[in-house]
Amino acid sequence: MTALQSLTQRPWIWSFLATALVWFTTVLMTGTGGALGLSHAAFTFAAFSVIVGTGQMFVITLGPGNIDLSIPATMTLAGTVALKLMAVDNGMVAAGLLAALGVGLAVGVANYTLIKLLRIPPIIATLSMSFIVQSIAIWTNRGLRIKPPQLLAEFTTSSTFGVPNTALVALAVTVVAWLLLERAVYGRWITAIGQSLEAARMAGVPVEGARFVTYVLCAVLAAFAGYLLASFSGGAALNMGAEYLLMSIAVVVIGGTSVAGGESNVPGIWGASLFMFLVVSMLNTYGFSAGVRMIMTGFIIISVIMLAGGWRANAR
Amino acid sequence: MNRYVSVDTLRLALPALSLAILLVAVFWLQPRAMSYTGLNLLFNLAVPIALATLAQMLIMAVNDLDLSIGAFVSFVACVTATYLYSTPVVGILILAASVGAYAVLGVIIHLRNLPAIVVTLGMSFVWGGFAVLLLPSPGGQAPEWARWLMTVRPPFVPVAIVASIVAALLAHLLVMRSSLGVLIRGVGGNARSVERAGWSVIAARAAAYGLAGFFAVLAGIALVGLTTSADAGIAQRYTLLSIAGVILGGGEFTGGRISPIGAVIGALTLTLAGSFLSFLRLPSDWQIGAQGAILIIVLAFRLLLNRLEARNK
Repeated sequence: MTALQSLTQRPWIWSFLATALVWFTTVLMTGTGGALGLSHAAFTFAAFSVIVGTGQMFVITLGPGNIDLSIPATMTLAGTVALKLMAVDNGMVAAGLLAALGVGLAVGVANYTLIKLLRIPPIIATLSMSFIVQSIAIWTNRGLRIKPPQLLAEFTTSSTFGVPNTALVALAVTVVAWLLLERAVYGRWITAIGQSLEAARMAGVPVEGARFVTYVLCAVLAAFAGYLLASFSGGAALNMGAEYLLMSIAVVVIGGTSVAGGESNVPGIWGASLFMFLVVSMLNTYGFSAGVRMIMTGFIIISVIMLAGGWRANAR
Repeated sequence: MNRYVSVDTLRLALPALSLAILLVAVFWLQPRAMSYTGLNLLFNLAVPIALATLAQMLIMAVNDLDLSIGAFVSFVACVTATYLYSTPVVGILILAASVGAYAVLGVIIHLRNLPAIVVTLGMSFVWGGFAVLLLPSPGGQAPEWARWLMTVRPPFVPVAIVASIVAALLAHLLVMRSSLGVLIRGVGGNARSVERAGWSVIAARAAAYGLAGFFAVLAGIALVGLTTSADAGIAQRYTLLSIAGVILGGGEFTGGRISPIGAVIGALTLTLAGSFLSFLRLPSDWQIGAQGAILIIVLAFRLLLNRLEARNK
């Protein structure tokens, strides 16, 4: 009983339970033959949500009103700029990565500058910034679809020891994120800020510095995900980041991170990202029409939140 | 005493001032816009956005955020262009039920202590799904009366402006002058003290969500009255526009600090910014970016005036 209790009190457990349930329901339909392929695809696609979700998680941890809406635009711009710079040349892979991360750095700094200078809520600051970044992306892209260098395209679409490379990269990102959050003073700082900004300030936490680092980190992770996604899907498209706006928020919250801030959860992001992919493929397998698929996705998201929310309500 | 008056008027004066400046800029670029037809064209599309902004404002009054407004308005537009046109009774029933669903959503969010952002995120899929089922491809037809309402030509003042003023006044009376409005804003300010004073917080939240649903329904009908047909993604961008409109109008994310008249002005400002940019003949690549820049400039302007006001105190 106590073991069960301590397990159900872990906020990430729900996302993994839901993932397992959906996986079994899908495999029931496809037969065990499809199980491996399904899991492989789930890890491949979940990797991108995990990377952007990790960045969003740091931002949401800062407390109410902190959400980064510029993630999709940042992904698109970083992917576009990197592919353009690399120009299908294997020797430029590292330079492309640096360019993408540079884009992330610039967007993050600009986001924080707006928040700080204009004292506007981060949602509005990152929204306005995303409009500008998107315009720059449109201007850079010019409707051309440049292919990624052979080396990079191969890396992102192949596997090591049966595990997709993108998933391995995402795993590395989450391990670092977990260390930052649980073992480094930075993690303590942002958690403290999320729980009470005033208390954190009085306790001597460098509030503005920590917020600055968080917004930059989120934008850099988004840019990194954009670089990988553009290479994976064979080129940068202008709408490639679109679905990651809602996705990044959904995986963070379904994963058990509190929207009110001050309480974050890294393992949950993996559970939630796998879950979000598997729900869609389950509904596809069962042959539902697009409309029904969307309706069921919505209801499933709400049900998971209600289960996890029940845990939160009891804990209070 | 004096201080309170100035803070209140400032909350309204700033959005009004930014709207006026933008309007002057548009007239300067395109003097022909300074006419009955010109004004109507400029503000036509602002009516549904203003109504959606009022809906978002009601949700923000209780410290929540609705990420499903865009999908919901699209859904309403699809219902309006199909059932409300062919079998009005069924259409009205569907719309009434969806307003009820909004109120129920408020109750669930309150009872289970759920994050509104995520619940409405889930609902955006649900509304989007129903919209796709109703109209898999663009089409449908606007009901005669909705079409008439949006294209009627009252003397002197274009209908777009009349409708905006009526919506703003209605919302103002409802939110700022009625006891229900005070209760809703009180929940945003301090839910616990509202509860201690013997009011039902659940009822207040349900009312705020229900009213938001009602305004969003009006937004969908108005939109179809303008466009004469609908598609499942017709109002997707309303989610972000409505949030930006509330903030531009002087509202805040927490504390029940909102302004209905400001919200309508904020929505008008956003629409006008779009027209302003097309009059500037800006390359289309930069249109969205310039809209972001205008948003930033208006907010910077607001900060500047706030600072000036604080110094004069």
